[in-house]
Amino acid sequence: MLKSRLLKDRIARHYMLTATVMAIFFLFLIGGGLFVNSLPIMQEKGLWTLLTTSNWRPFKGEFGFASYILSTLYVTGIAIFIALPLSLLTSIYIIEYASPKILRAFSSVVDLLAGIPPVIYGVWGTLTIVPFISESLAPHFVEFSTGYSVLAAGVVLAIMIIPLIISILMEVFSAVPKEMREASMSLGATKWQTVKKVVIRKSIPGIIAATVLAISRAFGETLAVLMVCGNFTDLPKSIFDACYPLPALIANNYGEMMSVPQYESALMFAAFLLFFIIVLFNVISRVVLIQIDKRYQL
Amino acid sequence: MNTKKIEEKIFKGLMIGSSMLIFGVLLYILYIILKKGLPSLSWEMISQIPSGGFYLGKEGGILNAIMGSLYLIFFSVVISLMISVPVVMYLNFTLKKKSRFSAFARLTFDVLFGIPSIVYGAFGFTVLIFFGLQASLLGGIIAVSLLIIPVMIRSIDEVAVLIPVELIEATKSLGATNYETIKVIVRQLLPGISTAVLLSVGRGIGDGATVLFTAGYTDSIPTSLTQPTATLPLAIFFQLSSPIEEVQNRAYSAALILTVIILMLSFSARYFSRRFSKNKI
Amino acid sequence: MELITVPKVIELPKSKMMNGSHPLNPHIVVEHLNIYIQGNHILKDINMTIPDKSITCIIGPSGCGKTTLLRSLNRLHDDNVDVKIIGKLFVDNEDIYAKGTEVTHIRKKMGLLAQRPCSLPMSIFDNVVYGPRLHGVRGRRKLYEIARHQLVAVGLWDEVKDRLKTPASTLSIGQQQRLCLARGLAVEPEIILGDEATSALDPISSKTIEELFVTIKDRYTVVLVTHTLRQAKRIADYVAFMYMGELVEFGTADQLFNHPKSQLTKEYISGGFS
Repeated sequence: MLKSRLLKDRIARHYMLTATVMAIFFLFLIGGGLFVNSLPIMQEKGLWTLLTTSNWRPFKGEFGFASYILSTLYVTGIAIFIALPLSLLTSIYIIEYASPKILRAFSSVVDLLAGIPPVIYGVWGTLTIVPFISESLAPHFVEFSTGYSVLAAGVVLAIMIIPLIISILMEVFSAVPKEMREASMSLGATKWQTVKKVVIRKSIPGIIAATVLAISRAFGETLAVLMVCGNFTDLPKSIFDACYPLPALIANNYGEMMSVPQYESALMFAAFLLFFIIVLFNVISRVVLIQIDKRYQL
Repeated sequence: MNTKKIEEKIFKGLMIGSSMLIFGVLLYILYIILKKGLPSLSWEMISQIPSGGFYLGKEGGILNAIMGSLYLIFFSVVISLMISVPVVMYLNFTLKKKSRFSAFARLTFDVLFGIPSIVYGAFGFTVLIFFGLQASLLGGIIAVSLLIIPVMIRSIDEVAVLIPVELIEATKSLGATNYETIKVIVRQLLPGISTAVLLSVGRGIGDGATVLFTAGYTDSIPTSLTQPTATLPLAIFFQLSSPIEEVQNRAYSAALILTVIILMLSFSARYFSRRFSKNKI
Repeated sequence: MELITVPKVIELPKSKMMNGSHPLNPHIVVEHLNIYIQGNHILKDINMTIPDKSITCIIGPSGCGKTTLLRSLNRLHDDNVDVKIIGKLFVDNEDIYAKGTEVTHIRKKMGLLAQRPCSLPMSIFDNVVYGPRLHGVRGRRKLYEIARHQLVAVGLWDEVKDRLKTPASTLSIGQQQRLCLARGLAVEPEIILGDEATSALDPISSKTIEELFVTIKDRYTVVLVTHTLRQAKRIADYVAFMYMGELVEFGTADQLFNHPKSQLTKEYISGGFS
């Protein structure tokens, strides 16, 4: 009896260890797989050329990723610029000021928004944001805009990542101990002063973590952006111009991959670039968070 | 003193404004989806596959996408559970508390969690090429499983750390092996695991970038793993830009159905997690 | 210590409040205070006068409402939606629950020491001068002086003078509680409130905090919720015994412990129940 129990235990242990090693290995497998597939184009063109030139003429063998990379940064930047302040303000209000009923209602709203698939945001963006920019907003600033633009992509992305940031921030702010708030208020601070000087300060690591996650998500979002960005390679001169972020490039040209040599490798390189940037970013922010923890012991 | 009061008032106004804005945006999104999708929703829409080609054919519905997505997510969840549950059990209840291996593993999973879906799709594609396979249901399953494994691990991990140490000590004092202890814990965690599954389904079923390269697209419902399959997100994406109105309507209906599925999953997940916390203490 | 018999319920007419010749100078007067939490009647018609420049300990079994009473003194229940407060509470003649009373200047008069020392997420120095900064004190030298003065007063100066800028969370629990006291004293309150302030500390730190209370009582009014009878016996000048939301007896320490008036009090202090 005991023997079979111990045997089952051993088998279970092996199974769990295998699963864990496999799961960890996925990260390296993905990175490695993409890297290997991008080798051909990296060897042929050289990393520097790939990253800094903007000529994208696959049929002539020219692959310059610079404008795609810049587009991606541009769009992500706008998204964070819109999303971060709104998310902070809303989360602070919901946790610190709103009644429990509003808190509950809002949690549901946030969960729902967070679950809506990107493609739905894309549809919505096409139906509402794009025409709005084209007809109502852009005419004040530029001569012509189709509406499919950096701004459209940024706004849609912002709306997508706001629920993500809010749900993390809500947890983070709730985790600040009640006694800390009371200590501050007992010293005569108003609620707002307490929020500013104590709650937010204590929550800085959480705020950073939420931002990092949001940036990662925005950076790599494909379908929603694809549907509203305009897919135009030239570098956008204003936020009302069309753009072409990296994920959109990969998605759009999937069909044409086979026709030209190196095209496939180029797109795999694009994917690897995304992978690499995001992994690097995540690891760096993890290190930063550990340093903050050590120094400030919040 | 007065400036402080003004500052507080301004910020309070901004806060309320931003909350209302976000709440309003959700309502607006739901409204648009309903407005566009509801008129075209009919029994034919959800019970038939498109005829005459999904891009140009006027007849038929989106059953191909509905069934395709359901098959896809079902198998992906099964595979994902087979990996995620053992991983979480191993990290939390088999390894020592502060082991460096578990810290490293958690870091890896956090990173995997942040990787965009298109990367999983591109990787899935390289796997298919490597094995000489076509874009198919199987390809989609591989990519989506990879996508949702980190989601599931994180979700289950969150509830696993809440298991009181006393429970584990109690079973161990009775002479249980590690495996037997884990069986008890898994029973306790079932609501949490269900929530994780619901969350993963939500994430996986709505994602188009993973299946773009790996699952292909077709008018028919797949009958084997090696056939390409339609999926709801791609049904929307591909059919939205069609010049034919009926095809566009199919896209809107697919959008509505997808949104409804997500809403149902969301409510079920909340229901489960509330039930879970009731039983806990 | 003069032997003053204090009647069970003190209802001083307002005109006598600031009468300096009265040997008992009331600082806080609670009048018909009733508090309901989520519909439950937690505090039932409390009438109490807390004399100034002395230590008043509130004792009673757990759940009797002593913490609720203490926290009502600096209006900490304000943020709790489920709490309903009826009655009057006078601090220095001012009903702090009257409509339109500004709460931050009331709280400035009181320093609160919670059960678990709660240092703010900042350096030791910033913790101590947090209050003064809030209320407009500026200037590095001035703030430094305040910090030094209070840290000396709580006996923490020598231990931290070389690391004022390090995070407060690196201190031990006993040190943190002293820091919280220094922080509370820095706003120059009139009253110090302690909510079982030593229950989370080791015996030595407890003793230090108790001694501090005794040292400062000639300048401040100290109101403590005490979790052990022994602490009350050690340091209290006046004792309030509460049971099930009611104030059963109030008197000087000597009077309540040696000649308790109520049978309930007698039972409690002899360990009959807790």
